[in-house]
Amino acid sequence: MDPQTSAGDLRLAHLTKTFGALTAVEELDLTVPQGSFFALLGASGCGKTTTLRMVAGLEEPTRGRVLLGDRDITRLRPYKRPVNTVFQSYALFPHLDVFENVAFGLRRRGIRSVDGQVRRMLSLVQLDGYERHHPAQLSGGQQQRVALARALVNHPQVLLLDEPLGALDVKLRRRMQLELKRIQTEVGITFVHVTHDQEEAMTMADTVAVMNAGRIEQLGAPAEIYEFPATAFVATFLGQSNLIAGDVSGGNGGDLLVTAYGTRFSVPSARSRADQGPVLLGVRPEKLRLAAAAGQVPAGHQHVEGSITDAFYVGVSTQYLLRTGWGTELSVFVANSGAQERFAVGERVVAHWDPRHAFLLGRQVDEDDRTAPMRHEPVGASW
Amino acid sequence: MSAPAHVPTASGEQPASPAPAARPGRHRFLPYLLLLPGAAWLFLFFVVPLVQLAAASLYDPAGSLSTGYALTWSFDNYPAALQAYWPQFGRSFWYAGIALVLALLMGYPLAYAIAQKAGRWKHLLLVCVIAPMFTSFLLRTLAWKTILSDNGWLVGLLRDVHLLGPDGRLLATPVAVVLGLTYNFLPFLVLPLYASLERLDRRLLEASSDLYASPLKTFRRVTLPLSMPGLTAGTLLFFIPATGDYLNAELLGTPNEYMIGNVIDSAFLVRLDYPQGAALSFLLMSAILAVVFGYLRNAGTRDVL
Repeated sequence: MDPQTSAGDLRLAHLTKTFGALTAVEELDLTVPQGSFFALLGASGCGKTTTLRMVAGLEEPTRGRVLLGDRDITRLRPYKRPVNTVFQSYALFPHLDVFENVAFGLRRRGIRSVDGQVRRMLSLVQLDGYERHHPAQLSGGQQQRVALARALVNHPQVLLLDEPLGALDVKLRRRMQLELKRIQTEVGITFVHVTHDQEEAMTMADTVAVMNAGRIEQLGAPAEIYEFPATAFVATFLGQSNLIAGDVSGGNGGDLLVTAYGTRFSVPSARSRADQGPVLLGVRPEKLRLAAAAGQVPAGHQHVEGSITDAFYVGVSTQYLLRTGWGTELSVFVANSGAQERFAVGERVVAHWDPRHAFLLGRQVDEDDRTAPMRHEPVGASW
Repeated sequence: MSAPAHVPTASGEQPASPAPAARPGRHRFLPYLLLLPGAAWLFLFFVVPLVQLAAASLYDPAGSLSTGYALTWSFDNYPAALQAYWPQFGRSFWYAGIALVLALLMGYPLAYAIAQKAGRWKHLLLVCVIAPMFTSFLLRTLAWKTILSDNGWLVGLLRDVHLLGPDGRLLATPVAVVLGLTYNFLPFLVLPLYASLERLDRRLLEASSDLYASPLKTFRRVTLPLSMPGLTAGTLLFFIPATGDYLNAELLGTPNEYMIGNVIDSAFLVRLDYPQGAALSFLLMSAILAVVFGYLRNAGTRDVL
């Protein structure tokens, strides 16, 4: 592990959790730097919530360790951990009012004068004046903020958020995302946020870990992961990608040459995750551009010819589906900036891209092309 | 949720739906109509006898069934009855109180286990709690007579381990009466408690644990308050009939263990002293009401009141 960990880092070492024959989390190694906003992103059932529950102490790991700084908290009971959780269902105590819900953790630790702290926290989440309301009298967004205040008031070393925005409608979710980010910056506590919403993860987190089938597929800053995904899963789960199946056929200086369907493409080797054998050539739909003829393709760009089979006008952009000469399809997003002409279904066009925007991934031999599906809603909203 | 001001209904709480506005008469009287059978029943078989009993408690104590009673408003019946039978009164509350404590000690863990931990055995266990009720109260209490008898295995065992002296016995002792009360009314405590605990959201217990509450504190601060409605209902359903019970003292005890129920029973059926029996009944009723109201006030569940 990273030898330069600071005292408050959360570290998971070889963390494994099995339920009978099912492995929910497998050999997870992870360091969450102190004070960071960390997102665990994955589809439901990928083990992200189980991971979170093991950090909270609500689930006991089958193997591996949970460390907070130098302290091993793997076997520590949940009520002895300096870790608090914002539950997906909020789990507010129905028999207590807002004030007592927020004061619960402080009181259990034997702190007598809780008044100032509770009120400060309620005003941080903008719930002044709601002290005597009961949870049932609050809206979903207000309950969510009580749950957040109830956890944050304890100044935990790590705050765990288990899909805290999942139950809110889209508009409120956007607002709470910004609010959460603001609060995290303000209090400086490590946030570990579990979500299946890739847009939520990208907007809020400093670091995103993409989880799949109990393992972490890739970890890094949102832009880094998006621009240069490590696996086909990441490339298609985080945003959308066109993946073309091909084989590395050689090198040319700093570039790798890839042959796919009889056509040669080049990719900078710095953008390659594999330098031989079967590969997937990936290009994000918004990195593709369309031209009427091959002659209009800028110098140095790679290109593929095809005909447009579908075009969706979605306001900010137009999404095209392009059937290539070899029969698979490419997805192309063109911003409706007015700078480019629009194409009609059936037109023959050339899709081109700057090779620096492409990326190369290793491929299983039997893996085929993958095209980003057409979507009518903004990216991420459909999850 | 603001109803239009011109809605003609008298009750402000029920938001009027638009349909009855056309024929308001029909729906206005419907609730009372539905209430009628029950109200008539209660009037005939509760209010009338109660008034009769109240009158009987004020009859001239010098009268008898054969010579007839005169309503002389003799309020002296009350202090006289209390003076004659205050030990039985005290005993009723004392036995019922101990039985309640025993039942709580057994019943709460039982209800909790069935509600939260039993998994697929839940329904079977619930049936086990209710099953004894399939036989009569009398038979079940008679069965206890066998269990507690001097030649029974239980007494033998207790004598062997010297918890009882060589001549010690269980039957015909206060212990037997309290055990009988505990056993007979336990389901009335367990069932409402179970209903409350069954609805307890396990995620709240996790949240409590996450917020620095040890299992004991979680019980005290989350489980117990949330099971309060069931606990209150169960306690009342246990305590009220246990206090007025006479069968357990009759079958498992001796006149030394007689409770107020036995006295009322004999006043009406053996001694034929109606004024005294009625006065004792009213005294018992008001004493129980006083205890119940005091309890509810402290239990904090005003909803029941």
